Amino acid sequence: MLIKNCEPLVRAHIEAQVSLSAQTIACDGMNAYMAYKVTTKTSLNLFNRNEFTVKRRFSDFLGLHSKLASKYLHIGYIVPPAPEKSIVGMTKVKVGKEDLSSAEFVEKRRSALERYLMRTVNHPALLKDPDVIQFLESTELPRAVSTQALSGAGILRMVNKAAEAVNKMTIKMNESDAWFEEKQQQFENLDVQLRKLHASVESLVCHRKELSVNTASFAKSAAMLGNSEDHTALSRALSQLAEVEEKIDQLHQEQAYADFYLFSELLGDYVRLITAGVFDHRMKTWSKWQDAQVMLQRKREAEAKLQYANKPDKLQQAKEEIKEWEAKVQQGERDFEQISKNIRREVGRFEKQRVKDFKVVIIKYLESLVHTQQQLIKYWEAFLPEAKAIA
Amino acid sequence: KGSNEESAPSVSANSIKITDITQDGETLTFAITSQKSSSSAGVCVFRTYEDFDWLQQSLLSQEDVPGLLGVIFPPLPGKPLPSTSFTQAKALKQFGFLALGDEWKIYCKALELYLQQVAAHTTLSKSKALSSFFSSTESPGKHRGKKGIFKRLSHVMEEMRKEGHKDVDKFFQSERDSCTHLSVLFKVSTEKFLDTVLTKQKLAVACGHFSTSLHLVCNHDNPAAVTFSKICLKLSDIIEAVKVNFEKVSDNDVSSMGLALDLESRYQEAKKEMLFRRTCKLVELEAANRNSERAKPNKKAIMEGVQKATQKEFNLISSVAKKEIEQYHRARVSVLRDFLVSWCEKQLSTAQETSALFSQHLEACRGFVV
Repeated sequence: MLIKNCEPLVRAHIEAQVSLSAQTIACDGMNAYMAYKVTTKTSLNLFNRNEFTVKRRFSDFLGLHSKLASKYLHIGYIVPPAPEKSIVGMTKVKVGKEDLSSAEFVEKRRSALERYLMRTVNHPALLKDPDVIQFLESTELPRAVSTQALSGAGILRMVNKAAEAVNKMTIKMNESDAWFEEKQQQFENLDVQLRKLHASVESLVCHRKELSVNTASFAKSAAMLGNSEDHTALSRALSQLAEVEEKIDQLHQEQAYADFYLFSELLGDYVRLITAGVFDHRMKTWSKWQDAQVMLQRKREAEAKLQYANKPDKLQQAKEEIKEWEAKVQQGERDFEQISKNIRREVGRFEKQRVKDFKVVIIKYLESLVHTQQQLIKYWEAFLPEAKAIA
Repeated sequence: KGSNEESAPSVSANSIKITDITQDGETLTFAITSQKSSSSAGVCVFRTYEDFDWLQQSLLSQEDVPGLLGVIFPPLPGKPLPSTSFTQAKALKQFGFLALGDEWKIYCKALELYLQQVAAHTTLSKSKALSSFFSSTESPGKHRGKKGIFKRLSHVMEEMRKEGHKDVDKFFQSERDSCTHLSVLFKVSTEKFLDTVLTKQKLAVACGHFSTSLHLVCNHDNPAAVTFSKICLKLSDIIEAVKVNFEKVSDNDVSSMGLALDLESRYQEAKKEMLFRRTCKLVELEAANRNSERAKPNKKAIMEGVQKATQKEFNLISSVAKKEIEQYHRARVSVLRDFLVSWCEKQLSTAQETSALFSQHLEACRGFVV
């Protein structure tokens, strides 16, 4: 099958490449679970060797993500979102039964985890993070605890709660920087567009699967016709027709996989990437800075009052509190500038990476389309003499 | 006396073409051109469905054609419902493949084939009704003649018992059996094939939506955003090409294989009807034989007369039927062959075009600078 082979769908820097393969592991006679062999190839000195493999479970990936999210989201890094636990598409259209042991499910998950790691490793800051290095390199990893809340959906809930809290505070941020206002709007638009595209592709995948089922059904009926037909050459041609249709069915299935793994997953990834909420964190940082300024003002007013109150202890304490809050205000301003700088850089990186990702996917898709047509040409060329031979 | 040996030359079957169709409210009018086999002068007439129906009824009710009951009558497609008064779903249910295609293209083709089949038939081509159909300036359907008095296959219990009546002739028994079996299989295949065509059309629509949505991703903020917009437009073109391919492929399906399956199904029905008419005559004959045997002396002569006449009719029908069946088998294989070859050639050609187009896109994308 075309794209199940190992070439990663996310282009990394030349510095590190990651690939995954899945294997079932039986554990002490209890439930079997799925483990993933993570192979890293790198030339960086950060790592002990140039090529190494470790075994990881799904919960390990979620654990890694939660650590990275807690470290970097609030300073404006676009952290790649955790892989989804469920494979139901965002439009909630069930494309096939959700069978956790099915080959299809395993492949979807494996592919999602691979893309997740590649995106993480692609990020220059994240690649150097000790948790990432440990994840890729060390043989034993401490088991991540309570992964319920850590799943992609869980994180999303947390982020959304934070976003809601922010909105409830009705922060009227004086946006001195038009860039942020525009970018935020663009990202909102992009989110809408991507969801729409994603829905279109899911519909495409769904219909292709339907076509595959219908084609197989027609092939069967044509085979029965071939068997019952008295005229020899006609019977032969009908049987050949049935075979051609079966082969075409196979092509439909492969094409459906291409539609899905190339476009549907890519678009889904990007929607999740955008909803990670960096802009909200910047608002929170700004708000904290503003609150510190308000607090400083109060402390100054309090100190001014105490000047005339003849309470030297309290006056001293007030002066100390002013110093404390001045420092907090400075820190707040630094944090805000830092997160703004980080976001600008991250958005620039995101926009460049997006173009690369899409180009790779489009080329792969075109290759699959060309392949399909060439197969069809072969089949029809083979069938034509059979049809002409009917006398 | 009303003999078919008129000196009027017959219409050349190959020359018959339906060249145009116009719709006026609920009425469809077909423009039909044809040539007589003796001349190269073309004639054009305008006919409505009523005229076709009149033709079929006239053929069915011809008198003094020996063994007419044994003829397999080319099947006339059902009456077309104008698009104002029905939904796509209803049309599909009624007409199957003939409902598809732009502006009645496929339906016209089916009507055209019907006329060609009648004009090519050794017995039917000689009918006055046919030559009147092609040459009369007036619409012949306006003057309704008498309806065919033939038994059509119905669901009346009595009729169904007759259908299963055991035959006296091995050839005919075997024809009847294979007819039933094969016609079911063909009906199923036709339905399944129609399903694949409809799904391809759905895919074309889905591609259209996807392609349009890609146009909306438009942003000229900075170089990276501009490049991204360009890439999305490129993808939009590619998906549009995928859509066009689906449309062409399903078009090819409908105009060749679909039409072939539809025609085959209806012709099998026609053959079935002929065999049923013969079976009914057989039942009548066996009844006449019994009556003749049991007749009282005063009625005996009459009964024997009836028996002899029925026997003669039955023999005539059987001999015509046998020739018809042989002709049917030959023609059917030839027609299916032509359609299968045509279908294959069309799909091959479309695949070659599409492959070239996708390859072009691929080269362009590979050279796309990010």
